[in-house]
Amino acid sequence: MRVVSVANAVAWRMLHTFLTNPSLFLPALLFPLFFFTAFAGGLSSIQHVPGFDFAQGYTAFQFVFVVLQSAAFGGVFTGFGIARDFESGFARRLLLAAPHRTGIVLGYAIAALVRWLITVAIVTLVAFAVGMHIGGNGIDLFGLYGLGLLVNIAAVLWATGVAMRLRTMQAGPIMQMPVFLVLFFAPVYVPLSLLSGWIHAVAVVNPLTRVIEAGRGFIAASPTEVVPAFATGLALAAVFVLWALRGLRSAEHAG
Amino acid sequence: MSEAFVDQVLLLARRSVVRTIRQPANVIFPLVFPLLLLAVNSGGLKAEANLPGFPTKSLVAFLLAVPFIQGALFATMNAGTDLARDIQTGFLNRLSLTPMRGTALLAGQLAGVVTLGFVQAAVYLGVGLAVGVRPASGVLGVLVLFGFAFVVSFGFGALGAFAALRTGSGEAVQALFPLFFVFLFLSSMAIPRNLIGITWFRDVATANPVSYLLECVRSLIIGGWDGQALALGFGIAGAIAVVALTSSAWALRVRMART
Repeated sequence: MRVVSVANAVAWRMLHTFLTNPSLFLPALLFPLFFFTAFAGGLSSIQHVPGFDFAQGYTAFQFVFVVLQSAAFGGVFTGFGIARDFESGFARRLLLAAPHRTGIVLGYAIAALVRWLITVAIVTLVAFAVGMHIGGNGIDLFGLYGLGLLVNIAAVLWATGVAMRLRTMQAGPIMQMPVFLVLFFAPVYVPLSLLSGWIHAVAVVNPLTRVIEAGRGFIAASPTEVVPAFATGLALAAVFVLWALRGLRSAEHAG
Repeated sequence: MSEAFVDQVLLLARRSVVRTIRQPANVIFPLVFPLLLLAVNSGGLKAEANLPGFPTKSLVAFLLAVPFIQGALFATMNAGTDLARDIQTGFLNRLSLTPMRGTALLAGQLAGVVTLGFVQAAVYLGVGLAVGVRPASGVLGVLVLFGFAFVVSFGFGALGAFAALRTGSGEAVQALFPLFFVFLFLSSMAIPRNLIGITWFRDVATANPVSYLLECVRSLIIGGWDGQALALGFGIAGAIAVVALTSSAWALRVRMART
């Protein structure tokens, strides 16, 4: 119970700061919408490239990427908040006050998840408002959200581990850059089959490729790569739980 | 131009260049990030070159214009953040007690950004040449490209200086970055304007001045000599430079009076 009460307190504080501070809330909301607009709007001609065979159209194709990207960056931006807490000295007081410190990591993860749910709800509404087509009856869409949830958890745990080891806002690029690379070295603009050269080779071994391909399968109501995608998401979350908890120990030792 | 004025500019320019070089994050990030995006986009969007009407078979050549403009956005941030730090630390207050002229301060501050702009242009062009891009406008075109890099980095640097002088806050200058990123993404960055399928997006890209900056660089690399693209690109970059510098000079007078 102590873990849960600490987690609740940390999550409430993070969410209160997020929701009452426009400089934090608006970019988190506007960036995914902006990427959705830029990719689905600006690059829609790509669906006419020979071999592009995604029946639901380019808007739905990019929607999947934007959902997963918002999940990943929602986690990373929560990591920025943790680093800010360390810089301001709040996190040290939190370490002293919390009866069970694992709850701190759990609280940050809950906050990241809730802020992503707010973002993805609005992105979904906008996508349907601009005429996005999905296959089937829409139930499969929740499979995509399930994948997003795992990506969000993995990303926030990764960023938490970095923030707790380095304890400075200057660690921002270290949290952000690997996530950016993993996201953009996947089939972002065209399906994997249309990639060629080095980017194809990288995309094939990129764990996020399975997740994106499965997400696109869900939105087309023809699920594909479901087991490998969820297994990848769970494995990433499991690895980064250890990473984040060891980061917590590092912060404890630093005093 | 008096000898004292030249001395003032040179001293501040030296400080600006040294300060830029001494902050690896200010040099490496503006060099590496645009190249990373170039690598990602040129790999991921390769199929785009198969679209009917696409102006070149080499997507890298088409996309090479993007780092030039993206680099200029970083110039804005660097110039603005450095000047804001001078305001926050009180350096500008101490400077205002000396007989230094405001124009010398601005010119000196922008020297570091312009130097980085030249280095960026050389690196981007070098990478392009290394992967087989051959500028259609030849050696003279490369010189024009460096001239354009100068005008763009100077103009955007002055814009950053204006933001710093008005707000006096590094954080406020950093907050401009997403806005510039929006301008970049809602342009003809990834696809020629005539191939943009969505009408409203094409209209936004046509109204967006960043599209013309990109098309100026692009014309020299893939099209040869295109008078209209060059005139629009240099015209817009020059106008940004003049407006930003005039605004910065005014903002500097206001800030000096305040302090």
